[in-house]
Amino acid sequence: MTYKTSGVVLAALLGSTSLAAAECADPIKVGVLHSLSGTMAISETTLKDTMELLVETQNAAGGLLDCEIETVVVDPASDWPLFAEKARELLTVNEVDVIFGSWTSVSRKSALPVLEELNGLMFYPVQYEGEESSKNVFYTGAAPNQQAIPATDYFLEELGVEKFALLGTDYVYPRTTNNILESYLKSKGIAEEDIFVNYTPFGHSDWATIVADVVALGADGKQVGVISTINGDANIGFYKELAAAGVSADDLPVVAFSVGEEELSGLDTSDLVGHLAAWNYFQSAESEANEKWVAAWKAKMGEERVTNDPMEAHYIGFNMWVNAVKKAGTTDVDAVREAMYGQEFANLTGGTAVMLPNHHLAKPVLIGEITADGQFDIVSQTEEVPGDAWTDFLPESAVLTSDWKELGCGMYNTETKTCVQMTSNY
Amino acid sequence: MRKTFLSQNPSVLIFIALLAIFTIAVTLLSEVTGVGLISTSFVKTLGKTLCLSLVAIAMDVVWGYCGILSLGHFAFFGIGGYAIGMWLMYARTEGIVMTSLASQPLPPTPAEISDAIGNQIFGVVGSSEFPLIWAFADNLFVQLLMVVLVPGALALVFGWLAFRSRVTGVYLSILTQAMTLALALYLFQNDSGLRGNNGLSGLQNIPGFEDSSQAKVSIAFFIASAFALGAAYIGFAWIVSGKMGSIVKGIRDNEARVRFLGYHVESYKLFIFTTTAIAAGIAGALYYPQAGIINPGEVAPIASIYLAVWVAIGGRGRLYGAVIGAVFVSLLSSWFTGGGAPNINLGFYTVQWTDWWLVLLGMSFVAVTLYFPKGIGGLFDYLVRKPS
Amino acid sequence: MLRLLSLAVSFWLLLSSIVYAQSLQDILQTHAAEVAKPSRSSVSVVLDDLVASGLPQALPFLEAWRDREIVRRESDGIFFRRLDSSGEVQLQDLDSGDRLAAGTQELQKVRPNGGVRRAIGDALVRFQLSDPDINKRRSAVDSIARSMDASQLGPLQASVAGEADADLKAVKQRLAGMLVATFGETPQDRIEAIKGLSGDLSVDTRAVLNTILAADPAVAKTLPEGANIAKVLTIGEDISVAEAYTRLVAAKLAPARVTKDAIRDALLTHMDGGRVGGVPVAELGTDEMRARAYDQLAQDGTVPVRVSDDAQAKAVAAHKFYLEYTENDAAITDAARLALNGIETSVALSQTVDLGLDALSLASIYFLAAIGLAITFGVMGVINMAHGEFIMMGAYTGYVVQQFVPDYTVSIIVALPLAFAITFAAGVAMERLVIRHLYHRPLETLLATFGISIALQQLAKNIFGTQARPLTSPEWLDGALVFNDVIAISYIRIAIFVLALLFLMVILFVLKRTRLGLEVRAVTQNPGMAASMGINPDRINMMTFGLGSGIAGIAGVAIGLYAKVTSEMGADYIVQSFMTVVVGGVGNVWGTLAGASLIGFLQKGIEWLNPSNTLAAQTYMILFIILFIQFRPKGIVALKGRAAAD
Repeated sequence: MTYKTSGVVLAALLGSTSLAAAECADPIKVGVLHSLSGTMAISETTLKDTMELLVETQNAAGGLLDCEIETVVVDPASDWPLFAEKARELLTVNEVDVIFGSWTSVSRKSALPVLEELNGLMFYPVQYEGEESSKNVFYTGAAPNQQAIPATDYFLEELGVEKFALLGTDYVYPRTTNNILESYLKSKGIAEEDIFVNYTPFGHSDWATIVADVVALGADGKQVGVISTINGDANIGFYKELAAAGVSADDLPVVAFSVGEEELSGLDTSDLVGHLAAWNYFQSAESEANEKWVAAWKAKMGEERVTNDPMEAHYIGFNMWVNAVKKAGTTDVDAVREAMYGQEFANLTGGTAVMLPNHHLAKPVLIGEITADGQFDIVSQTEEVPGDAWTDFLPESAVLTSDWKELGCGMYNTETKTCVQMTSNY
Repeated sequence: MRKTFLSQNPSVLIFIALLAIFTIAVTLLSEVTGVGLISTSFVKTLGKTLCLSLVAIAMDVVWGYCGILSLGHFAFFGIGGYAIGMWLMYARTEGIVMTSLASQPLPPTPAEISDAIGNQIFGVVGSSEFPLIWAFADNLFVQLLMVVLVPGALALVFGWLAFRSRVTGVYLSILTQAMTLALALYLFQNDSGLRGNNGLSGLQNIPGFEDSSQAKVSIAFFIASAFALGAAYIGFAWIVSGKMGSIVKGIRDNEARVRFLGYHVESYKLFIFTTTAIAAGIAGALYYPQAGIINPGEVAPIASIYLAVWVAIGGRGRLYGAVIGAVFVSLLSSWFTGGGAPNINLGFYTVQWTDWWLVLLGMSFVAVTLYFPKGIGGLFDYLVRKPS
Repeated sequence: MLRLLSLAVSFWLLLSSIVYAQSLQDILQTHAAEVAKPSRSSVSVVLDDLVASGLPQALPFLEAWRDREIVRRESDGIFFRRLDSSGEVQLQDLDSGDRLAAGTQELQKVRPNGGVRRAIGDALVRFQLSDPDINKRRSAVDSIARSMDASQLGPLQASVAGEADADLKAVKQRLAGMLVATFGETPQDRIEAIKGLSGDLSVDTRAVLNTILAADPAVAKTLPEGANIAKVLTIGEDISVAEAYTRLVAAKLAPARVTKDAIRDALLTHMDGGRVGGVPVAELGTDEMRARAYDQLAQDGTVPVRVSDDAQAKAVAAHKFYLEYTENDAAITDAARLALNGIETSVALSQTVDLGLDALSLASIYFLAAIGLAITFGVMGVINMAHGEFIMMGAYTGYVVQQFVPDYTVSIIVALPLAFAITFAAGVAMERLVIRHLYHRPLETLLATFGISIALQQLAKNIFGTQARPLTSPEWLDGALVFNDVIAISYIRIAIFVLALLFLMVILFVLKRTRLGLEVRAVTQNPGMAASMGINPDRINMMTFGLGSGIAGIAGVAIGLYAKVTSEMGADYIVQSFMTVVVGGVGNVWGTLAGASLIGFLQKGIEWLNPSNTLAAQTYMILFIILFIQFRPKGIVALKGRAAAD
């Protein structure tokens, strides 16, 4: 559209930085592509607020390259085609230097062709199913080997689970993750008949039969564990039914990949104590940086608000981008991309996140047990795990690798030593 | 014949003239000619709006003229999009795969090619098998035929069953709604072989035109959409203005009397239902390459209800009313949700339009149905014929 | 797990004889890293040492450790028990029991994970089995049931006689029976115990029997003598030829098949100047040509020969494939098989009953969601697309009430009539302002109410946010009514069923037995005539619509209790509800009941046929409904006569 989007949110101006802005010839613009309405607003609005907080903090600290950072917020309204349209608008009309955005895989896949066509740059903050590495996207959320695989290892080693129920909402992330897990479990000697898979629609509420089926899995004397990729609201009915069936975490542990602090705030967690979640971040992580971050968030948004994993991903992503811009001395996408490789930034759980040449982060994996106050008790924390774009546990992906620095290719076949393609599968 | 048709319907000429002027103006002002006053993303928005106008006309014919409130026409729209999307995805992926396989020492076998393409397309949903419905995905001609045939056949079968059983009025509305819900649920399943919730994506990259910029592609689709809209407008205006139009309107006003006059009501209804379904399919096939992605959410029942709302707001029983409704509501909607509308500060509360737009839209349906049953198009009546 | 048994013995010995000059803290410091960050696989070292030490303070420490009350002081690494008394944090010395104020010291919490807690629980079992505290005894029994370890049989049997609580005694005896069935010393003991298990449907009994009956697949030229064989597999029925051959290959009884990938790799490695196996490389674009080239290579002896389909079938036919029990004694497996078969028959029966209960529950939820609609749409013929939003309003009313009334029971009692009142008022307002003007234009009612629906949905989002809100059921609705280990239904679902039944009766009573009902029926059939008889149709329409909406509000509270409260919850039920009413037959409350039952049972039935895909069940159900209406447009219970006219 030809008019300037006036939904621009101007960050709080400080005396010193407005002086700096006066010298700034080309203002630095950060685009925020998160749904503020529709079904995904529940999760994504928080990330928009996170970005505003980060930009405010950076501006208060003197901006970037002598410039004030400006945020351009657009609302793709949980409508997947709109992500492509709004991404194009951000890049061509608003001329932003970088985009932080998307939550669902399908919204990312919708924006991808536009980003690749116009050579934009996007930071994607959510755990996802992997099997992708675009030149124009940095994936700051977890790849399957940074969440699903360690959680499964925890089940196998720490809880001695021998039979698995993979329950998921019917969409791409659970489908792909469960495929990877099935093949991983088989490689660990779990028989096919000991893996029970079930998919339910978004917002499913009738869980009685499924919970009964899962409980019945224990009939052959094996310890059963549930790996849940159930998304959003559907979790509420699921956990309520688990509690009603009197299933305790000791008998039938559930590890969830999509349940964080934010999701638990819609639930009475007293019956869920002991069930698990795997993430790269929990609000309860003990570190100075985290205390500061949680305090800043609560000061901006209110005492009752919680922090979660995708927020940390944006926190790391934004700060790395700022440092990369400083290093490159420009916001030019190609220069910044080069400067991103090897960027290090302290993550909120202690330790350091590193940006790898495959556009994924190396981050620690945390497993937490749900507590009665809706938080997580961290019971396991690994060393930094490098994110793997192409999983090693599916035969067709095992031969693929991504290296944008040395090989200049996001989908490189190590067997035939050829680059399968430069652009992504959408 | 042609003369009488046009002289009876001056609005058709006016509409076509306006459409032509608009199309030429947008083309000249776009980035293709170097003027660049209208950005490519806005050209895409306009092109998509033309496609929505096309499906709105179809809706107007089936509801405003024939009295069937179909709450399922977006299902046909979606099917058209999926049919063309399959070819777009297949052909684009085939190009990529062939380039990549060409560099291998052994020439690929047909099975290897098909595996590689399947893996690229269905890799995201964890499979590499080609489902049966993709059998003709490599053939543009067959897929284009499907754009017309599948919605047509579905409408024919569905309509035949429903009209034969004399399912009418709100029952038919609920039934059509159930149809689009069933389609959406079916497409949501991964087993249906159309990539589940992800749908088909990257459709804006047209195979064979990889080197053309999106500015050119979007203008090409914009012009094609304008042509389709113009042709459909003339076609439907012709249908509803002749003798057939009178019978169809008669069915709307009193089905039983038309039946007693000896007309085979079911055939007329079936004809209207099927042709509009085909028009919706064509609109979808033009829309989704501009949107870039199609997924099951597009055919959810709510979309079809919105379609009815556009027609109601624009004014039923007049084709230009449908166009006005579609253009007005969809552009206004993107203006409000895009943060274009200024927020209103009431002192104690700031009205943010991203939050309040749907409330406003909802209340405006109520106002339109209660106070302006003729919709915006009805205003023209006041202008043309001065109240006596 | 002999280790634990021997430990227990040594513990008793140690307790009476030697006392090490060693404190608990010393032992903990030796294994400091293991105590601070325990893992299931390595925690046993610590547990062994603690049990072996025989220190009396080890027992409270283990309990505190399991309950996450242990902290480590960062300055010197000493472990303490953390006590929160009257808001002040105190540290208790683990050996002496002395308390000191924690002050500002940096403390690190020790967090044993679920697996470690289970290991600690196992170690605690023998001390707790005869503990005076019944809760500790229960937790000990739970621990045994979870680990099912041979070493626990002795202590468990020893504790049965002294058990005072009759219920717990029965549990202990049952558990002991299961342990004997698995680990009993003589086959006679085990067979007796197995017989004792028959007729018990519970999951853990089946677990015991299935463990005894565990069988491994095996393959041999002839069936081995003396092996306890569970089943001989028939090729083509129990196992496909390809699978069977894979097992042969795995057992190294046959050469592996050459896969297409292997052929490609072999051709690549043996490529020789543009030709391989005598075939030009450019011609290798088909499987036939590749096979020909490979066979040529095989003839030359450079690569292994391909196994043909014939050879595969022959190799498979020459072998026996069977399942062999891991338990060697056939008498035991026979007894277990007999017991399990009996159990499985009743399990299958119970599962059918359970599925029936689930279906009944689903039907009552659909009925509850649709009953209000049955009145407004079914009786009055008004399409109210905002019906789902009335359900949502009821649910949010429940949520808001819970914010002010903390007692869940009282809050529900307050919320139900309040939800009715609010949605009744909303319904009346909507009827007065909008629907009244559209009685002769039913299709437009649909649009107008749809507008109200999206406006209400967005309003709810603006007020309550998009996050789901908690609506917690009172305690007496927690848990489930358990008939046996298979048949169970949660109380909340029973409550919904009862509520649905209650509504059915109330509505039937109102419509059939009251003045209002008479007037409603009169107005529905002929408003003009009714008006001339002195009935005020406006008032009747208003009341009826209010009633339908009010019932939706109460349904909202119930649905919110069992599922979730979001602004979109109404939209989830609206299409389903319309279909329920239409399938059942418009204008008849019994029809709605029939429609809800049909849809509920059908959906569960389809789910049972394809349990891994709930979405497919919904799709097929809707398709079925579409077809059903085509062939029975007036629904299951069709009105006849003049009332049936459109």
